Amino acid sequence: MHKFLIRSFVSSLVLIFTLTVAAVAKDVKAAFVYIGPTGDHGWTYQHDVGRKAVEAAGFKTTYVEGVPESADAERVLRQLANSGHDVIFTTSFGYMNPTNKVAKEFPNVKFEHATGYKREHPNVSTYAARFYEGRTILGTIAGTMTKSNVIGYVASFPIPEVIRGINSFTLAAQKVNPNIKTKIVWAFTWYDPGKEAEAAKALIDQGADVIAQHTDSTAIVQMAEKAGVYAFGQASDMDKFAPKAVLTSVENNWGPYYVDRVKAVANGTWSQKDTWHGIGDGMVVISDLDSQMPADLRSKVKKLQADLASGKVHSFTGPIYDQKGNLMVAEGKTADDGMLAGMMTYVKGVEGDIPK
Amino acid sequence: MIKIVKRDQPSRAIFFFTPVLAIFLTLVAGGLIFFILGFKPFEALKFFFIVPIADKYGFSELLLKATPLCLIAIGLSFCFKSNNWNIGAEGQLTFGAIVSGGVALLFYEQEGFYILPIVILAGAIGGMLYASIPAILKTYFNTNEILVSLMLVYVSKLILDYLVVGPWSNPEGFNFPETRQFSDSAKLPLLFEGLRIHAGIFLALAAVVISWFVFYKTYLGFQMKVSGFSLKTAKYAGYKGKKMIILVFLISGACAGLAGVGEITGPIGQLHREISPDYGFTAIIVAFLGRLHPVGIIFASLVVAITYLGAETAQIFMQIPKYTGQVFQGMILFFLLASDYLLFFKIKFIGLKK
Repeated sequence: MHKFLIRSFVSSLVLIFTLTVAAVAKDVKAAFVYIGPTGDHGWTYQHDVGRKAVEAAGFKTTYVEGVPESADAERVLRQLANSGHDVIFTTSFGYMNPTNKVAKEFPNVKFEHATGYKREHPNVSTYAARFYEGRTILGTIAGTMTKSNVIGYVASFPIPEVIRGINSFTLAAQKVNPNIKTKIVWAFTWYDPGKEAEAAKALIDQGADVIAQHTDSTAIVQMAEKAGVYAFGQASDMDKFAPKAVLTSVENNWGPYYVDRVKAVANGTWSQKDTWHGIGDGMVVISDLDSQMPADLRSKVKKLQADLASGKVHSFTGPIYDQKGNLMVAEGKTADDGMLAGMMTYVKGVEGDIPK
Repeated sequence: MIKIVKRDQPSRAIFFFTPVLAIFLTLVAGGLIFFILGFKPFEALKFFFIVPIADKYGFSELLLKATPLCLIAIGLSFCFKSNNWNIGAEGQLTFGAIVSGGVALLFYEQEGFYILPIVILAGAIGGMLYASIPAILKTYFNTNEILVSLMLVYVSKLILDYLVVGPWSNPEGFNFPETRQFSDSAKLPLLFEGLRIHAGIFLALAAVVISWFVFYKTYLGFQMKVSGFSLKTAKYAGYKGKKMIILVFLISGACAGLAGVGEITGPIGQLHREISPDYGFTAIIVAFLGRLHPVGIIFASLVVAITYLGAETAQIFMQIPKYTGQVFQGMILFFLLASDYLLFFKIKFIGLKK
């Protein structure tokens, strides 16, 4: 037993050593930590598309899928840092504390944490996408296409990211159709096809004829297809799952950022950053517009997309009022990033209360 | 010729041999699966079962992972031995963590030696309270404890969700679903610098010793054993069934609650939505693989813990999907249940010439 342990210990040391030497001698190796399976067709799937772009750019990559946000995350991170990876992307909010903790122990490894706000060490960067810009497009389409003036919205958790999306969506819809109401159902999950489908059904039963979602599965667009109402794809282009229902999708496009950051590590130019990119930088992509949409709406959307990209239009331009009619953003002003990052109040026109 | 003969009574040697057989068969079947998937079977098994624990750090992680599994499984063995099917250890773990986490948050930014014992005690009480629900419903209303304890798992997770999203969320945390970090006095001390293994392992070891003593040296242990074999006999012997049901559920709940405390005041250091990768369910496999015997459970918790670590290593070094870890856990249980056939039947090879 003793001999066996020593032998395996030595062999693993040799293995780790060769891997490290190989990594240094060859080139930069990137690792990705995923919350879900790579086949979810949503959040993790899109990160993995980004990883493949890094591979295509000529770098070696490793990934670990289905890593719970429990005590296990820290071990996976340490193992990746220990086995010759130069940059590690941690792609879920719950990895924030483990990422910073392990980063402290491995000052030579770069860490990139998605959707978090803690950068406690110089080798930790954070990145996120301005998905709310995409939701401005969706709101514009929904406000135009609805006949019942009731728009359904399946939300995940009451955090600023989600509230911001609901608000951006509603504001855009009101702009083209002042009579619309946004009804929210909280699914309290990021990925649960059963629950998401039920939530969509509840909204359709309440008269919603366009459904938007801030959860990751394809269940909602499939439910919309069955019920004959419109819907939007989330994270990836979901058109193939519900060709009649899906008008367009907001795609998370991480590839360019990932390639950029890995190259920076290879060139020695990597430095700590807090990135929040939108349509303009290509991190948020609008899929093809469905031909069921009238031609003038399609051209309007194209123009809006270009204006959001150039910064001519901002999703949160005043006057914006909250549900009680208090002024949130004054006329002619736009909400700053600080306000967006902590947004926890609904705008006027959203029905119901934020669960507390 | 092969003949299958029923044994007069279950073989004691086979009873302790089948877990080993199950693990062996799992390795063979696992190797076969790796081969079919196009990986080198021996290399894959090496990355799965040897590489992750080949250094000091890896071994400490194994102990860290096995600690909650062992603790919960010991608690469950009290229930299972006496024919009480507590499937909701995950819920008791979660509720224990909620209560102890709540207490830890009360002591936010306070230091003192008295804090940790209170936090630990709160977790045990939380787990006991939660386990008492299926126990009381079973004893007084004759409900099915399997269903009640299982359903309560989901209730506890929703309560935790509500708390970390709402009233207990970190005021400086931009409304993300997590609480503040606990103060150092509310955390279990680490045993070695640079490793995550913490004092919670002593709780698990204490549970092992106490359970051994209760099972084999006390009248209560004897009563549990008799009830496990036959409820009618237990009744005939005049044992107080109701009292025992509640007692074993409370013990089981306390152990699960303590496992929750170990996670949140150990490696995690706060409450958030995902504090356990279903330890409460995996511990059921551990309890049976360990034959509900305290020493067996120690070994079983180590074996099952390594399937978690191995799955990560195998994905990092060989790109084997991480979910194979769960396949291994499932196979161990499957082969164990299947080989239990040998407990009651023996296979006889009868020579044709004789």
